[in-house]
Amino acid sequence: MGAYLEQSFGLQNSLVFILSAVVLLAIVLGFVTYSIYFQRKILGWMQLRIGPNRVGPFGLLQTVADVLKLLLKEDIIPKAADKPLFIIAPVIAFVPAFGVLAVMPFTDKLHFADVGVGLLYYIALSGITVLGVITGGWASNNKWALIGAMRSAAQMISYEIPLVMSVVGVILMTGSLNLIDIVEKQKEMGMWFFIPQFLGFIIFIIAQLAELSRTPFDLTEAESELISGYHVEYSGFRWAFFMLTEYVYIFAMASLTTVLFLGGWLPPIEYLSFIPGIIWFALKFVAIVFFIFWLQATFPRMRVDQLMQMGWKVLLPLSLVNILVTAVLKTVL
Amino acid sequence: MATLYANNYFIVVIFLSLGVLLPVVALTFGRLLRPSNPTEEKRKTYESGVDPVGSSWVQFNVKYYIFALLFVIFDVETVFLYPWAVAYDSLGLFALVEMLIFITLLIIGLIYAWKKKVLEWN
Repeated sequence: MGAYLEQSFGLQNSLVFILSAVVLLAIVLGFVTYSIYFQRKILGWMQLRIGPNRVGPFGLLQTVADVLKLLLKEDIIPKAADKPLFIIAPVIAFVPAFGVLAVMPFTDKLHFADVGVGLLYYIALSGITVLGVITGGWASNNKWALIGAMRSAAQMISYEIPLVMSVVGVILMTGSLNLIDIVEKQKEMGMWFFIPQFLGFIIFIIAQLAELSRTPFDLTEAESELISGYHVEYSGFRWAFFMLTEYVYIFAMASLTTVLFLGGWLPPIEYLSFIPGIIWFALKFVAIVFFIFWLQATFPRMRVDQLMQMGWKVLLPLSLVNILVTAVLKTVL
Repeated sequence: MATLYANNYFIVVIFLSLGVLLPVVALTFGRLLRPSNPTEEKRKTYESGVDPVGSSWVQFNVKYYIFALLFVIFDVETVFLYPWAVAYDSLGLFALVEMLIFITLLIIGLIYAWKKKVLEWN
């Protein structure tokens, strides 16, 4: 990819860029399909159930069948809804979810845009999804949707602050916002950033769970009290796009965590460097995704007041402390 | 260098346009497959089986607005923190002290909000 980026803009390399982006999109969609399958399977096993096992061998085609079913479902737009906004909301939510992957390096060779402000781009773009959620909730003109969207927005913006601040420590240690540089620095230091930036790592993990609205922060969907939050009125494929956004974000967030704190494509010890980087990346990535699903079977849901207080009173001061300690240590050492 | 820069952002544009294209194509394609039979009952707003009373576009709890304000303040702070962190190596002690003052000012704001019980959620 690096070689193509160096070439001047032409038909050949633009075709390569477009094709590789399409391939990545296909991979992401495949990931979403099977992460949903494994999520259900893992949750099933943890709760001593079998999980999906009817469609295809071991139920492997369950999600495919679900997607096809959604494609055939009638698309209902409520009479009271604000139609243009209702239609555009899933798109607003989905675009940034896929767009952030443009700067994600999977290995030192296999990456897309090598942008100097990579991390800032990721953070800035991922913030736009809140807008899609709140647009969808408001446009539905439904009380459940409005409450769900408001809660969702409040939660996402509250945890966005600790999330973006917890990575300042990493930027301080690297001196760059480029995600490839961040991994190279970890190679140079011979240590993945989750060790020197342990506090930042913990804050990042907690805040990212809240950003993804996963358990224990899944209040926005709280089936038992809010029906399902901001997308109650959505049906068929429009609803599928909200779900897709959620799972594409899991892909993006797990990749980002791998790159920032777990050394990206680096092997744990130099001796193992004969195994290709992409395998290491995939292993760490899968471990994080599994961790996210595992929490779902382990934790109860938090209360909304606890949630907001934890974001502002615990995680925000802690992330500021993390920044200061990192900066001071950097000057002293 | 300029080509590298242009190419990188070209990729970003490709990703964003794919992000728009996928929903548009999927929904247009889906139109050929899905039934369309809207009835009065179907298009009614869902409210757990009860006829909805009034619109949902109402005045909402001001609490959310205050959190949004706090968010803007601290998000802008982060925007300042990022370039500071990138250039920290070359700026040295002076930048550290300056940033300490900046963060202290914001922490005072946070403490004020805390004391005013803005961060409580009832």
